[in-house]
Amino acid sequence: MSATVNGRRVAIVDGLRTPFAKAGTDLADATTLDLSTAVVTELLARTGLDPSLVDRVVFGSVVQDVHAPNIAREIVLATPLPDTVDAYSVTRACATSTQTTIDAAQAILLGDIDVAIVGGADSLSNPPVTFSPEFVDVMMAAQAARDLPTRLTILSRLRPRDLAPNPPAIADRSTGETMGQGAEKMARDWGITREEQDRFALESHRRAVEAWEKGVYDAEVMPFAVPPRYEKVVERDTLPRADTSLEKLARLKPAFDRRYGTITAGNASPLTDGAAALILMEEQTARRLGYEPKAIIRSYATAAVDPRWQLLIGPALATPVALDRAGLTLEDIDVIDIHEAFAAQVLAVRRAFASAEFARQHLGRDEPIGEIPNEKLNIYGGSISLGHPFGATGARQLLTMANELVRRDRGTALVSQCAAGGLGATVILER
Amino acid sequence: MSQTDTLEHFRLEVSDGVATVVIDRADDDLNTLDPSLMEDFLAVLDRLENDASISAVVITSAKPDFLAGANIKWFSELTPETGTEAIRAAHAAFDRLERLHTHRGKPVVAAIHGACLGGGNELALACSYRIATDDPKTRLGQPEVQLGVIPAGGGTQRLPRLIGIAPALDLILTGKTVDARRAHRLGLVDEVVPPKLLAEVARRRAKELVGRGRPAKKPRLRDRLDPAGLQKLALETNPVGQHLLFQQARKKLLEETKGNFPAPEKALEAMRVGFHKGLRAGYDAEARFFGELVASPESKALRSIFFATRHKPDTTGARKVGKVGILGGGLMGSGIATVSALRAQSLVRVKEVDPAAAARAKAYVAKVLAERVRRKRMRPFDAEQVQLRITTTTDWSGFADVDLVIEAVFEDLELKRQVLREVESVVPPETVFASNTSSIPIAQIAAASSRPENVVGMHYFSPVEKMPLLEVVVTDQTSKEAEATAVAYGLAQGKTVIVVNDGPGFYTTRILGPYSAEAFHLLSEGASVEDIDQAIEAWGFPVGPLRLADEVGIDVGAKISVVLVDAFGDRVAPPRAMENLVAADRKGRKNRKGFYAYDESGKRGGVDATVYADLGIEPTGHISRTEIQERITLAMINEAARCLEEGVLRSAEDGDIGAVMGLGFPPFRGGPFFWIDQQGARRVVERLRALEERLGPRFTPAEILVEAAESGRSFR
Repeated sequence: MSATVNGRRVAIVDGLRTPFAKAGTDLADATTLDLSTAVVTELLARTGLDPSLVDRVVFGSVVQDVHAPNIAREIVLATPLPDTVDAYSVTRACATSTQTTIDAAQAILLGDIDVAIVGGADSLSNPPVTFSPEFVDVMMAAQAARDLPTRLTILSRLRPRDLAPNPPAIADRSTGETMGQGAEKMARDWGITREEQDRFALESHRRAVEAWEKGVYDAEVMPFAVPPRYEKVVERDTLPRADTSLEKLARLKPAFDRRYGTITAGNASPLTDGAAALILMEEQTARRLGYEPKAIIRSYATAAVDPRWQLLIGPALATPVALDRAGLTLEDIDVIDIHEAFAAQVLAVRRAFASAEFARQHLGRDEPIGEIPNEKLNIYGGSISLGHPFGATGARQLLTMANELVRRDRGTALVSQCAAGGLGATVILER
Repeated sequence: MSQTDTLEHFRLEVSDGVATVVIDRADDDLNTLDPSLMEDFLAVLDRLENDASISAVVITSAKPDFLAGANIKWFSELTPETGTEAIRAAHAAFDRLERLHTHRGKPVVAAIHGACLGGGNELALACSYRIATDDPKTRLGQPEVQLGVIPAGGGTQRLPRLIGIAPALDLILTGKTVDARRAHRLGLVDEVVPPKLLAEVARRRAKELVGRGRPAKKPRLRDRLDPAGLQKLALETNPVGQHLLFQQARKKLLEETKGNFPAPEKALEAMRVGFHKGLRAGYDAEARFFGELVASPESKALRSIFFATRHKPDTTGARKVGKVGILGGGLMGSGIATVSALRAQSLVRVKEVDPAAAARAKAYVAKVLAERVRRKRMRPFDAEQVQLRITTTTDWSGFADVDLVIEAVFEDLELKRQVLREVESVVPPETVFASNTSSIPIAQIAAASSRPENVVGMHYFSPVEKMPLLEVVVTDQTSKEAEATAVAYGLAQGKTVIVVNDGPGFYTTRILGPYSAEAFHLLSEGASVEDIDQAIEAWGFPVGPLRLADEVGIDVGAKISVVLVDAFGDRVAPPRAMENLVAADRKGRKNRKGFYAYDESGKRGGVDATVYADLGIEPTGHISRTEIQERITLAMINEAARCLEEGVLRSAEDGDIGAVMGLGFPPFRGGPFFWIDQQGARRVVERLRALEERLGPRFTPAEILVEAAESGRSFR
């Protein structure tokens, strides 16, 4: 039984993403908005969807552009979508575009809208750099001054140290921990070794490279001509490495805990630029417009935990709820895509899934969620190998899984992410 | 208390001491100046001068324009004498308008919304104060030289005194117009307001000015220190500097016009006289020059082209084009994509062989847009919107909903047929297919079509975003709807459109054939490259035929030549020696090897003297400039006549538009048919016969010319 309200179900009709590239490299000249408008425009062009049929755009990014805080609306205004298309933006850290999907799905189920474009993007090449509070205070006061002498007097209060810009925050505001430190803690708690993590990362790259070779990504990744000059074209993800090995990974130094740590640049997801978007429609509307749904959203669930406990364990709490709502067990799921923030975190989540103790203590259940077999998990690589533009990852996973269900022509797929602040989200698709 | 006077073309309302004069032509949708409007205006002046209850005046319009200039149809009735007389009358009227403030203390405010051009701008210049709206439709300027006359209602005198000599020269000699903001920076208007506030602010300013002199613009320090301000200080305020300024302007002008456009020269001269000998002498020069120019063949020719381009082909039954597919993202495809997204504002899907080639189309558009943003003709956001209308693909995705496909693939019949077949398998049945071929007959391409009624030619000129012409080519199978769709879309792209019937080379490429071939004949007879190009440029073409061959590509020209020779035989065949050029890999600019030499960066230098060796000839320079001009231009004109005779052209007017807008035929000669009429068909036939006798049947005059010579009938 899938999410149905008054006979309405939510279909993923199509989707598209840009290639993903390590921040500061091939896509560095494109802003978050550039990446977003390109993917939405091309998605509309490819599907031939009449832009005036779109009821709403829900979009999001994690590192927000201060000049375009409501990125969804900026997308509508810049692209061929009519100005009358409603739009708002959400953020849920690494589960941002999962949340845009859930938001639009709920509105479709309720009958508020029939057609939505959802997704997310981030350019980690262009983080906003802010000034110190002292500098801001002085500038505001100087601007308010009525005459030049007063203004100069105020400006003279500035000290050189006030001019140093603040780099974007990396540590969690509440815990003071970085994401990596949180993952280190999970590795220690669940006893996950460095070698296990490196093996997982190696397999992620192997699967991503193989998927590209097999053409899995051809139809879902657009060639991206980099603005403003459009002279350079990026056609594929640039992060998957065919040439890595356990030996190479083993040589990398721990990134967050130099002495006892296990997490390295090799077994964590890199800072990445990219965007992804999906078209969601009420199922009957899709068929009436001549679109064959790729997948139906069967259920979804979100969860939150104390971030000081296990920062990235969210999927282990959201998934059993989503499964219950779908009336399924983990064994019923044919293919699973769990966001790879860190190899340690995926492996910890996997152990939690299999742990009866975890189920009893934290889920209030007698039975564990279940074992995730290797051959079902992240079959075409994941965030470690493909990259992780925060806002885009959820839509990227949903798109690949929807296309996988098309390839298999029937079945169920589960997509889940952990997210900063102790959040988690899971969506189950069916066809 | 208000009181209303109604004349035919004006309304006058007086309220609270302020008279509002509303220009509102009774017989037109636009306000234009002609004797009947001037007559009413004199009555308005009488009232303004004599009515003691009026202490200030606002002049405004009830039409979408303020006053768009003189009625050009009226020009054709004028002789040098009546023209001069009409101008003197205008001077007297505008002087009275100016003196309302200076002599009677009644300030006059021009409240400008919409076009304020030519005589309209001159009327505004005679007012005390000018307020313009920030609406994009508001344009100010003196475009008279574009029609072969000069601003003669005091424009050459008042404008430089108001905004400075150099800025006034820039406006008057080019005829370009400016928006309100730019006009404000120039000092041409005193204030810019939103349209809703125009009437209110104009009344307020009129009242405020009562009892004060004409407001002098106080230059800001910043304006004095910028380069223009410094130049003004150094040159414009003293006679020696002024002399220098006019001398420089004249030199630069002659370089550009080669003496072919008398109007800007006369405008410059009137300005110079005004500064040298005083206002009265300046006005006098304006009146005399206007009379001479308005009756000149150059002005008549320019006006005929102006009228011809305003007459637009029929678009009844045109289908709406919301999305256009373009095959090929080369120079032509990218240019077509640019005007489609920018002007027609449609969605554009460009198909190319690989993503890198496809991106070049986006890069091309980005460059055009960046330049427009840099020149403040566009806001960055608007440029972004245009850019995002263009997507690219390497497969047929996104073609299921295109309304029109324009192919701009390599010039090869089989390839074009193949893409046509592929297109028809993916687009809806009603989609129009247009080929941008420059020479292949459309019927030959349409032969591969299962829906030949939807196949047309849309022949653009490079660079598409700059060249104004679109030649729509129809076969006898093309449906009315397909034709109308192509025409309407071309108009939406901002093009001047002519419709011609199918045939090898259609119209424009075909008449270029004998023109180029004759240049090659002259070359092989010993004329030098520079002699030929300079002669033709002196006749008024923007580039000579050999420079053109370099630009188009000598290899491309040779291919087109084959098509034309196949169809028309020796008449259009270049001499054999020309084959050596292709054999020697001379392609022109694109491989930096042609009639001219090019440096590393592609910049054109002088003639590449080694070209003569490749051709096996030696330039002797014994052929006169007149002979070169006569042979090359008559070859083209005679072929144009054949196109009309054979029905390729639907009208002589189309023939003139096509040659002027597409091929750079000198606009002051009005196009081949206008030129024949001016010369007299009899004389043209005589010259052709003389050439035929000497050079052979390629100069045999077209039948239609011979008939016209006998009957005395004119073409236009």
